[in-house]
Amino acid sequence: MSAMTIEKPWQRWLIRLGVFVSMTILVVPGAWVVLTAFRQNIEILAKPAVWIPQELTLKNFQGIFGLLDTQQGLPVAQYFVNSLVISVTSTVVAIAVGMMGGYAFARYRFKGKGALFLGFMLSRTVPGVALSLPLFILWARLGLIDTSWGMILVYMSINIPFTIWLTDGFFRQIPIDLSEAAQIDGCTRWQAFWKVEFPLARAGLASAAIFAFLTSWNEYALASQLTRTTASKTMPVGLMDFTAQFTVDWAGMSAMAVLIIIPALVLTFIVQKHLIAGLTFGGVKG
Amino acid sequence: MTRFFRSPQATPYLLLLPAIAVILAVVLVPLLVSLWTSFTGYNLTKPATLFQWVGLRNYQRVLASSDFWWAFGRTVLFITIALNLELLLGLGLALLVNKITWGQRTLRTIMMFPMMFSPILVGFQFKYLFNDAVGLVNNALFDLGLIREPIAWLVDPILANFAIIFAEVWMSTSVFAILLLAGLMALPKEPLEAARVDGCNPWQVFRHITLPFLMPFIYIAMTIRSLDVARAYDMVRIMTNGGPAGRTELLWTLMTRTGYQNSQMGMANAMGYVSIILSIAFTVFYYRKLTQARTFMGGAQ
Repeated sequence: MSAMTIEKPWQRWLIRLGVFVSMTILVVPGAWVVLTAFRQNIEILAKPAVWIPQELTLKNFQGIFGLLDTQQGLPVAQYFVNSLVISVTSTVVAIAVGMMGGYAFARYRFKGKGALFLGFMLSRTVPGVALSLPLFILWARLGLIDTSWGMILVYMSINIPFTIWLTDGFFRQIPIDLSEAAQIDGCTRWQAFWKVEFPLARAGLASAAIFAFLTSWNEYALASQLTRTTASKTMPVGLMDFTAQFTVDWAGMSAMAVLIIIPALVLTFIVQKHLIAGLTFGGVKG
Repeated sequence: MTRFFRSPQATPYLLLLPAIAVILAVVLVPLLVSLWTSFTGYNLTKPATLFQWVGLRNYQRVLASSDFWWAFGRTVLFITIALNLELLLGLGLALLVNKITWGQRTLRTIMMFPMMFSPILVGFQFKYLFNDAVGLVNNALFDLGLIREPIAWLVDPILANFAIIFAEVWMSTSVFAILLLAGLMALPKEPLEAARVDGCNPWQVFRHITLPFLMPFIYIAMTIRSLDVARAYDMVRIMTNGGPAGRTELLWTLMTRTGYQNSQMGMANAMGYVSIILSIAFTVFYYRKLTQARTFMGGAQ
């Protein structure tokens, strides 16, 4: 489009300025938090404000892991492990279960198909906060409060509908002739799936998995009510530990924020191409 | 029955069985429990009250409470303002980036930046930036000589609401920008050229060709956003937790306060149902627009 439009130089500069300003607004807040994580506390609190750090430090990270004598450590390492275990397990199960569901919707005609699909999607619209109320009551009676399994189950239920939606789209894009040809050549439907359709859908499945992982990794509303102690508390819930006191530990919180953002950053970077393709094609051509 | 399960017609149902089981156990059954509780005087501190039937009293009390209506109105207003602002800014950003010929990929990566942030992190980030003593915003305004006294962004009711909307828009404008950019890139070139040859001005081209083509993309973005609009709870929880004096209270924060802090689970679940219906209403509205737009496009092709 841009090749055809004839822009005057001032228009071109205006566009560049607009893009520059927007990108600055998108980047600066996050970058400022990351920078804070590596700054000394005196500098963060300094009046007048110190804009250019004199010295960068890893003290804040050592502090939140309890490696310094001066600061009381929080069980951040344990929170990290909890988050990882809960997110990975719920993702693996949700992908397996969701893939089966997505395949069923993409390849079969059956009674109640539309209603079932709608049901799955509607289950996704229930706000986490609202769902946390009855889950809190039920999980307390079942002894699932403050357990990793309790959280894994909850995150599975959030991720399954979304995985079904995405994989349904991916399987639809694969021509059905391919698996039919394999079946004519003597494969069973099961073999045809694993040898033909699964390898073709693998990239899509990987991005669905990263989506699911990030949803669990970043979730707060449910985790904040259903976890209590180091037994199952996740990183986003742990972040609130810093605000329980009268003074907010900005440096410590920023360090923890960096720990939460790094895995998300890496994974989103890997998946970014599929992210857009998956969302638009799943939606427009579905 | 066993014969049915071995027949080929059963395959899709068997494939869907685990998914159905999980949704039943973790979403549907809890929702029924929630519905039941909303008709009881259940108080967390008195377990026996779970079976104390009070009929519609919770709903009556919720609907008669001015706190609830303030929170409800504020939530609807918040969703409406946030979604529309995100759409406008996202569309603007997509149109701008689409005009840039080099480095578009890098720009797209930068646009994804806010999407990686957990809502609780976005909340923390803006709680820090808008902090009156150490925040970036006040520091910058102060050093530029624009203010002499620190502005209490998160304490003043109007500014606190502004800060929350700002955080929400920062977090989600990218969703629109990225999807609409994908739409712009898929836009066929011929109609654009034809229109220009016929003497249409840029606004007419945008209004009659680009925008109609983008509509399905807009509705996808709107549907995705209304699905997870309640994520704003995390953000508000850490930024103001409904304060000052309840001036940023949304339905979601009011609900958790009633349920967990005041232990009035019955009341909280009644509010929960209102919030669920609200979310479903927004999602269904945009989803129907999407299917309409899709059939329209399908017919044109």
